[in-house]
Amino acid sequence: MPDVASIRKLFPALHQEVYGKPLIYLDNAATTQKPQQVIDRLVDYYSQENSNIHRGVHHLSQKATLAYESARVFIAGLINANHSHEIIFTRGTTESINLVASSLGNLLMQQGDKVLITAMEHHSNLVPWQQLCIKHRGELLVTRFDETGTTDLNHFKELLTRKPKIVAIAHISNALGTINPIQEMIRLSHEQGIPVLVDGAQSIAHSAIDVQQLDCDFFAFSAHKAYGPMGAGVLYGKTKWLEKMPPYHFGGEMVDKVNFTETTFNILPFKFEAGTPNVEAVLGMETALKFVKEIGYENITAHEDALLRYATQKLMEIEDMKIFGSSPHKAAVISFQIGNIHPFDMGTLLDKMGIAVRTGHHCAQPVMDAFDVPGTVRASFAVYNTFQEIDTFIAAIKKASAMLA
Amino acid sequence: MKTEEIQAQIISEFAAFDDWMDKYNLLIEMGKDTPMIDARFKTNNHLISGCQSKVWLHAEYVDGKVFFTADSDAVITKGIVNLLIRALSGQSPDDILATDLGFLDQIGLKEHLSPTRSNGLLSMVQQMKLYAKVFKLKAGN
Ligand SMILES: Cc1ncc(COP(=O)(O)O)c(C=O)c1O
Repeated sequence: MPDVASIRKLFPALHQEVYGKPLIYLDNAATTQKPQQVIDRLVDYYSQENSNIHRGVHHLSQKATLAYESARVFIAGLINANHSHEIIFTRGTTESINLVASSLGNLLMQQGDKVLITAMEHHSNLVPWQQLCIKHRGELLVTRFDETGTTDLNHFKELLTRKPKIVAIAHISNALGTINPIQEMIRLSHEQGIPVLVDGAQSIAHSAIDVQQLDCDFFAFSAHKAYGPMGAGVLYGKTKWLEKMPPYHFGGEMVDKVNFTETTFNILPFKFEAGTPNVEAVLGMETALKFVKEIGYENITAHEDALLRYATQKLMEIEDMKIFGSSPHKAAVISFQIGNIHPFDMGTLLDKMGIAVRTGHHCAQPVMDAFDVPGTVRASFAVYNTFQEIDTFIAAIKKASAMLA
Repeated sequence: MKTEEIQAQIISEFAAFDDWMDKYNLLIEMGKDTPMIDARFKTNNHLISGCQSKVWLHAEYVDGKVFFTADSDAVITKGIVNLLIRALSGQSPDDILATDLGFLDQIGLKEHLSPTRSNGLLSMVQQMKLYAKVFKLKAGN
């Protein structure tokens, strides 16, 4: 188990009061707080290294370029990519998915073609594919989940027989916490020769990723959900795809030779990184992922699983509690509703007691529709959360429920 | 009563409480007194678009004054809706258009009217003022 007390000390934002109460931050699926070393990394970059990368012959530019490219190498190692040029820096998960939907999508899709997703996707892994299908007058195939929020693998297999061109699936659902059996889903898709994109937005902070073992074709994540800065993320892609795919954005940095009639494009990964990137956020992302690696994914998962079990058990003791998502494989995300209490009311009162949770549809409106609720209250845990915080959270829910009943 | 007097009265009712939970208790209780919108007006036409909680609003114009009825599916929202109705219902269009509803700030509920709160209350205030404007224009003819 990680030493949570020491870990907490590294996070300045956790040590504040809101409305006179110590902050209890349980909105980690939306974004995590940042440890001091990540904050320092951003400041250090601007204090000592700032300059545009890949362009200058001067000292600072070389220093910044080296730092940026080292981050790529580190991240490639962390997720076990075959080559560092398989790591494309983006603004985050959403941009990573859009890149693939646009570039690979237009490469593979012909009129009437299909894309296969699941019913629990975040809008970021739904709308780009839906729009691609609309553009090609095709069809978006959607895998059902059952009442526990578990993906129906038989339905997935059935939909694969309809020969989608691309499969896109969340590793972990941000609304239900479900951990999808992606290894199996990737294997099944590959049997049909279909490439798979994994939306790893919710998994990168919580479970070790080995893209070669998973054999996924693409893996997308955001730094800010894993203790890193906003505005940076990664698209991992297999070389064989990235080489075939046309550029997504055009401009500086991603070109080789340019004249007024034609342009030849730069090699990987630069082909997909047009314009000046968010260098400081990429460096902050490297620092954040080093922090994660140092604690160790096994330790993080063990602690968060324990928090999840404890909180679930305590919540279930509350009258009229309904938890959405009880898949046997579940990450530390709990979506719930109590009786007829509106999530907005619960969220507002919890906020006044210093507790930050998410309320609403969590950018997964079809999931809410499936359970026929307008929204839920969602608590999501990170490595720095404690059992004591959960006790306070439970007491606060009871107090709010009594007021709202 | 003039809207300023009503707003001052609301401020004094809340002044009795320091604790946030007590203030919200009062707000929740007040929500129960909301002049209920007639069932036949509780339609999508009367729905004020807000992301999280729903608010239905109806207005009538009687003897130069605007009267509002409403409902919400969230009780805290309903409490705030009731405060707005207390402050504005029965007032003339000119008075409704002139007031800035500063009392919400003074009782610590202004955040609910911020554009980042996706609860539709800001749109509700705009809608109430729009009703006042329309009634005023119609009356002018
Ligand atoms: C499962 C999932 N996919 C995609 C995203 C989008 O991530 P970002 O907003 O960082 O691009 C999120 C963020 O909430 C998510 O939870």
